[in-house]
Amino acid sequence: MVAHRTNLNASFAALADPTRRAILARLTLGESTVMELAEPFAMTQPAVSRHLKVLEQAGLILRRVDGAKRPCRLAPAALTEIDGWLETLRRALAKNYDRLDLVLAEMQSGKRGRGR
Amino acid sequence: MNQLTLVTEGERHIVVTRRFAAAPEAVFRAHTEPRLIQRWMLGPDGWTMPVCSCDARPGGKIRYEWADGKGRSFALTGEFLELVPFSRIVHVERMLLPAATPDNHIETRFDADGAGTLMTMRMTLPDAATRAKMLETGMAQGMEASYARFEALT
Repeated sequence: MVAHRTNLNASFAALADPTRRAILARLTLGESTVMELAEPFAMTQPAVSRHLKVLEQAGLILRRVDGAKRPCRLAPAALTEIDGWLETLRRALAKNYDRLDLVLAEMQSGKRGRGR
Repeated sequence: MNQLTLVTEGERHIVVTRRFAAAPEAVFRAHTEPRLIQRWMLGPDGWTMPVCSCDARPGGKIRYEWADGKGRSFALTGEFLELVPFSRIVHVERMLLPAATPDNHIETRFDADGAGTLMTMRMTLPDAATRAKMLETGMAQGMEASYARFEALT
C-alpha cells in the first residue's frame, strides 16, 4: 500500500510536466523510439530520454530492448488508475455544478421577473 | 461548452475550471450566500446541507454540515482569507471525518467570459502525499469516495 502510494505520487509528479503529458499523448498512437519522440518536440534525444526516465520510474510507460533501441509504450494499468481517482472527483464536482447551473438560471429569471 | 476540467498541476495543486451561463456576480453570490449554497453544494443525490454558515468577509468563518436523512452526517470548516466581489475568493477549508483533514487552500476566480463566467478553482495542498490521499479518499463535499469512507468509519 505504501509502495503503491509512492508510485502514485511519482505518477502525479510525472504528469505535472506538459512535455511529459505530450509524450504520453504521442504514445497513445503506439510504441515509439526516442528518436521518433524527439522529432515533434524539437528536443534533443538526451532531453527526451530524461523525460522518459521519469515516466518509466513513475510506472507510466514500459520500455523494451530492441537491438540498440529501447522503444517505449504506455503502461495502461497506471494511467487507468490515476484517471479513475481523478474521475471520481470530476464526477462529484460535475454533479454539484450541474445543480448550480439550475440555481443560476432561476436567479436569472427571478431578476427578469422583478424587472417586468 | 460547460464541461468541467480537472487537472493536477505541479506537486501540490489541483485546478478545476467550469463555465457558467451567468454573470460573475451571480456565480460569486452562489458561492457566498448560504441560501444559494444550500441548493447546489450537495454531492450525491439524497444528501442535504442543514447547516450552512458562511461569513463572507476576510477572517469570516465557514461551516457546512451535510446529512443523508438516515443518521449519517459530516462537516467542513474553513476561513475566508480574501474576497474581491465579484471576481475572487481565497479561503482555507478542511473536512471533519470526524478528524480534520489537512488544510486545503483554495483560490476561486470568476472571470467574465462573453455573457457568462469562467470559474477557475486552484487548490493547494500541503504536499504531494496529501494531494494523492485527498484524491484517493475524496477531497471535498460531494465526493462519493468520501461518503464511502465516512460510511466505513461509522
